[in-house]
Amino acid sequence: MFVKFLDIVIGSLLMGGIYALIAVGFSLQYGVARVLNVAHGEFLMLGAFAAWSLFTLGGINPILSLVLCAPVFFLIGFLIHITLFKRLKRSSESLAVFEGNSMLASFGLMFIVQNLALIIWGAPVKGYSYLAYPISFLGAVFSANRMVTLVTSIIISVVFYLFLARTRTGKAIRAAAQDPVAAAHMGVSINKMLALCFGFGTMMAGLAGLLVSMTSIMVTPFMGMEYTLIAMIVVVLGGLGNIKGSFIGGFILGLVGTIVSYIQPGLSMVAFYLIFLLLLLVKPAGILAK
Amino acid sequence: MKDKTKKYSLFAGFIVILLLLISLPSYASSYRVIFVTNILMYVILTLSWVIFSGPTGYISLATAAFFGIGVYTSAVLSGTLSLPFVIIIGALASFCLAFVVGSLTLRLRGMYFTMFTFALVQLISNFAHWYEVNVTGTVGRLVLALDSTIIYYSILVVFCLVLLASHFIKRSKFGLALQSIGESEEAAAHSGINVTLVKVTTFAISAFFMGAVGAVMTMRWSYVDPPTAFDIRLSFMPLLMAIFGGMGNLFSPIIGSSIFAYLEEILTTKFPYYYMLLFGGAMLLVIVFMPHGIEGVFRKLQKNNKGQLSEKP
Repeated sequence: MFVKFLDIVIGSLLMGGIYALIAVGFSLQYGVARVLNVAHGEFLMLGAFAAWSLFTLGGINPILSLVLCAPVFFLIGFLIHITLFKRLKRSSESLAVFEGNSMLASFGLMFIVQNLALIIWGAPVKGYSYLAYPISFLGAVFSANRMVTLVTSIIISVVFYLFLARTRTGKAIRAAAQDPVAAAHMGVSINKMLALCFGFGTMMAGLAGLLVSMTSIMVTPFMGMEYTLIAMIVVVLGGLGNIKGSFIGGFILGLVGTIVSYIQPGLSMVAFYLIFLLLLLVKPAGILAK
Repeated sequence: MKDKTKKYSLFAGFIVILLLLISLPSYASSYRVIFVTNILMYVILTLSWVIFSGPTGYISLATAAFFGIGVYTSAVLSGTLSLPFVIIIGALASFCLAFVVGSLTLRLRGMYFTMFTFALVQLISNFAHWYEVNVTGTVGRLVLALDSTIIYYSILVVFCLVLLASHFIKRSKFGLALQSIGESEEAAAHSGINVTLVKVTTFAISAFFMGAVGAVMTMRWSYVDPPTAFDIRLSFMPLLMAIFGGMGNLFSPIIGSSIFAYLEEILTTKFPYYYMLLFGGAMLLVIVFMPHGIEGVFRKLQKNNKGQLSEKP
């Protein structure tokens, strides 16, 4: 009984770490840059493929790949915002129009990224094994790589949180999220902040992908959508644009997912949606809202 | 006077197109008939999407859910009832689902509603998959395929119905109520409109037609499983096509969806490996360079022409 309980707690922590990371990125993109990025999961997929390619072809340790890939993903996101979403923002006459248009644009982006991955890596599933030996903790058993993913995702989230809370740029980003007009009057370059946020969001999706691929999961060009949905649910759970809420929400969803898969495997996704629907109806502002 | 002649010529043009469509199977190859069936499917989905989302501004991504409900109802019933009944039951099933979902969620504003409808598609699709694996022990079902001409005429009938429905909703008091809800929900409520009832009913009506198309299209596929029935692309396509065409009148969404559906058909057959890449690129171009669709481009051209005319001495 105790071991089972411990299994669930540890399992949910391990899953929650990844969910939290995806959700923090999604939250940055929607909460600050106002882009409901339907293609978020696709960058996770790209990250997973990047790790696979670097590991199997280059023999590079996935943890080293994290460091190598982070700037690349950041740059991709930054450039996408500058070339695409900035332009859309200028041509849309209201925020509602921009939200609709940018969601559609990100859907187009999803098509493009998925197809590119299909052309480069092909449809058959890929996977590799890294640090796959079991660790036993008070009777509960899990593989070592999942511990790595948990620790890494917590480190990334905490560092990012400190960056937002303590640094000048972080403060400017928060100001841009709260009140873009006032922030602009105070000399914050709004477009730059939004592009930074989009870049950080993409970077987190990519890093989450690298971490996910370590846990011997199937890597395919079509794996992204599931994670986009999870990110969306977590972000609503924690409140739109609330970074801390997304972080906590990730772990809550991890817990729910683990419990449900113990009872009825295959229904965890359905349980997520039901939580999502209930939450939207009862408390759309998120669990942390006053 | 001028408006009236314009109206009559539009009507006459529409009748000509309708006659051409009705006689299509007599002069075109069966490949062409299937091609036009596909285009009409997108046109109907777009028109029914515009019935609700056009005037109110609520962006719904539930199209694939209602379409899929139609598909599954029809797949379950196929072979037991005659075609018109299957279509009507499929449409009614979507209508009922939309009514329930609408009354739960149409209190949500803006992006929350969009996310909810987005998740709805996945919820139903996942549940259908789980149900098939664990309860019925199958994945997907076989459907009795029908002759492509019968499918074509069924789609054509649904097309005419959705056109009539959009026309009458637009011209009725109901349409005015919708329009005012889109402009300001509070003001609409204060002027005595039962806002919730109007929204939910319209949402359900638009789902009715989506379900009907789904019920018909099942007969073309011969095999149905949750990922094909609840394809998320079908949720985004009507939205894209409506934006591309414009939503100001009935013709713009028809033109927009026809062009895009045509483009999709060509791309899938000519470039099966790069289809998604090209299509995604086309989507981006449309959204970036034509945010107001073809309608917007025409308006701009008209304005420019007028400007040049007035500059002349």
